[in-house]
Amino acid sequence: MSFSSTDTYIVSNALQLAVDAAVALEKPLLLKGEPGTGKTRLAQELARSMDTELLHWSIKSTTKAQQGLYEYDAVSRLRDSQLGSDKVHDIANYIKPGKLWQAFTAKQRPVLLIDEVDKADIEFPNDLLHELDQMAFHVYETGETVTAQQRPIVIITSNNEKALPDAFLRRCFFHFIEFPDEQTLRQIIEVHYPNIQQQLVTEALDLFVQIRELPRLKKKPSTSELLDWLKLLLLDPPKPGQLREWMSDEQRQSLYGALLKHEEDFPQLRYLRQG
Amino acid sequence: MFIGLLQLLKRYGVAVSITELLDLLAAVNKGLAGYSIESFYYLARTILVKDEGLFDRFDQAFYAYLQALDEVDISERIPNEWLSDPLVRQLGQLDEEVLKQYESLEQLLEQFKQRLEEQQERHQGGSKWIGTGGTSPFGAYGYHPGGIRLGQASNRQFSASKVLDKRQFADLDRDAPLQQRGFQVALRKLRAFARSGAATELDLDATIKATGKQGGLLDLQWRPERHNATNVLILFDVGGSMDSYIEQVEQLFSAASDEFKNLQTFYFHNCVYEAVWPSAARRGEVAIPTGDLVQRFGSDYKLIFVGDATMGPYEILYPGGSVEHWNEEPGAEWLNRLTHHFSKAVWLNPQPQQRWRYYPSINIIQELMQERMFPLTLNGIEQAIEKL
Repeated sequence: MSFSSTDTYIVSNALQLAVDAAVALEKPLLLKGEPGTGKTRLAQELARSMDTELLHWSIKSTTKAQQGLYEYDAVSRLRDSQLGSDKVHDIANYIKPGKLWQAFTAKQRPVLLIDEVDKADIEFPNDLLHELDQMAFHVYETGETVTAQQRPIVIITSNNEKALPDAFLRRCFFHFIEFPDEQTLRQIIEVHYPNIQQQLVTEALDLFVQIRELPRLKKKPSTSELLDWLKLLLLDPPKPGQLREWMSDEQRQSLYGALLKHEEDFPQLRYLRQG
Repeated sequence: MFIGLLQLLKRYGVAVSITELLDLLAAVNKGLAGYSIESFYYLARTILVKDEGLFDRFDQAFYAYLQALDEVDISERIPNEWLSDPLVRQLGQLDEEVLKQYESLEQLLEQFKQRLEEQQERHQGGSKWIGTGGTSPFGAYGYHPGGIRLGQASNRQFSASKVLDKRQFADLDRDAPLQQRGFQVALRKLRAFARSGAATELDLDATIKATGKQGGLLDLQWRPERHNATNVLILFDVGGSMDSYIEQVEQLFSAASDEFKNLQTFYFHNCVYEAVWPSAARRGEVAIPTGDLVQRFGSDYKLIFVGDATMGPYEILYPGGSVEHWNEEPGAEWLNRLTHHFSKAVWLNPQPQQRWRYYPSINIIQELMQERMFPLTLNGIEQAIEKL
């Protein structure tokens, strides 16, 4: 099996190869790249193309590795004991499987997405080393060991907010999603808006590339921002050859809001070349 | 297999473990690399390199591995502006045929060096010289099935038989001046957690204990969440020679203000004297006596100076040395007082480290800081944080 571009998602050769290698060798694949270059989308598309389940584990700053395995709901057990419920005698009633557990016991080899792993505490990846390596873990409360029926395909994304520990990196394959070149951008636009006018795409890309090159932007617009902007443009398309004049209209300044997300970035627009 | 590549990677500063090498072998065994150099390049990079900051070094090592040449770096010798014009050219079948004549790699490299010596200026188009958009086998944005591609920003057809593309990942290299995100990553290492604030987290152990004491009647206990409790005091040098580093310093500032709840910043000019300013628009403001910093902030505060330390040595060493006012005591005295109170102190210098030795004032400050001056780069900050 080889993962390739679908009718809604374009992958580069390098990424395709990285995914194939991770799937074949059963290693987690770590994806980095500018926000909005389709890291999360990749996992969704991969699950779709393999016709399997996607387990999405979004990481927050308070997420603990244990939560991915299971959680023991002590409070409801204590409450049940007050109410004299029979459930209370079996501790297994209060063990809630986390995403990793679900992935290990899924019927078909699932895709497990550990999204934005860098949001969590620095120790988080280290706490998952053993589980990702052995694909098994122990449940202390019940004494059982959960072992993966088949090793799930693990996709991990990171926005580079924290350096990940070496031991963790050694166990992963790594791919850095570069910002796509113009040709790839065209393909991406093509799959999202099949009926768009080529003239508009050319003009929009021209302006988009220039905006990305503006000096000192806090956040450069990326693929997802480009697509949002085009969607807005398509609601009320400008005449061919007039995108710039059309965008420079006072009332449409807000359209730049689809591309630039920081107030401080707007004054930089005055450096755009004319024509 | 690939031991040579492993050794080269090590020489270029990319640490690769045996496990990763075995993974690469397993992947090649499964036929993932196919039979193309391009696939092998991507596969090896995916498996062996785990940081985009090292891609540049990987590229160099990979190139060296392919050619089994020593560390020749031809692209360094070509002025960047020869290759900077993004003129894209598509060629017909016929042209390709003509170009295939340069077959052997040695021949190509030999010619490349030769042309480099002959050529004295920037060039664009055409079929012989090194430049952009042409059909010569050497240069950028052109097309040649067996050519050498140089200093070209985006990844193109990969048909050039080697990528001498030094610039592609060069800006992600770890010693390059950093972006805000990089600063943040570096600063996070300073975090130290402590529990404070409202009690919102269930304290299971205490709850069980309390419930036991109540004879089994549920008694929930709560505790505050953990927060970052690091205290940081940053003194920025502003104005004069610091103007050229304003961008870097701004990035550090915004990264630090996102990262630390307990962050205090003050400003000075060139060297600290008896007063510092609470705002960067400093002349309009009321100054704060430097002695107050010592009184107001405990010695658990980590003190970071940010400045280029580039000034006349007298500005540090003599009373009245300040270029702006008459100071009774020399800057060195004030600096000593601060570092004496705040035992955890470092100086971050935006000047490139290799230039430091040409400035006597930097050496003096370095001495006063007891060698705790570091460059304002990712590596520099990491080293500095180890001292804090």
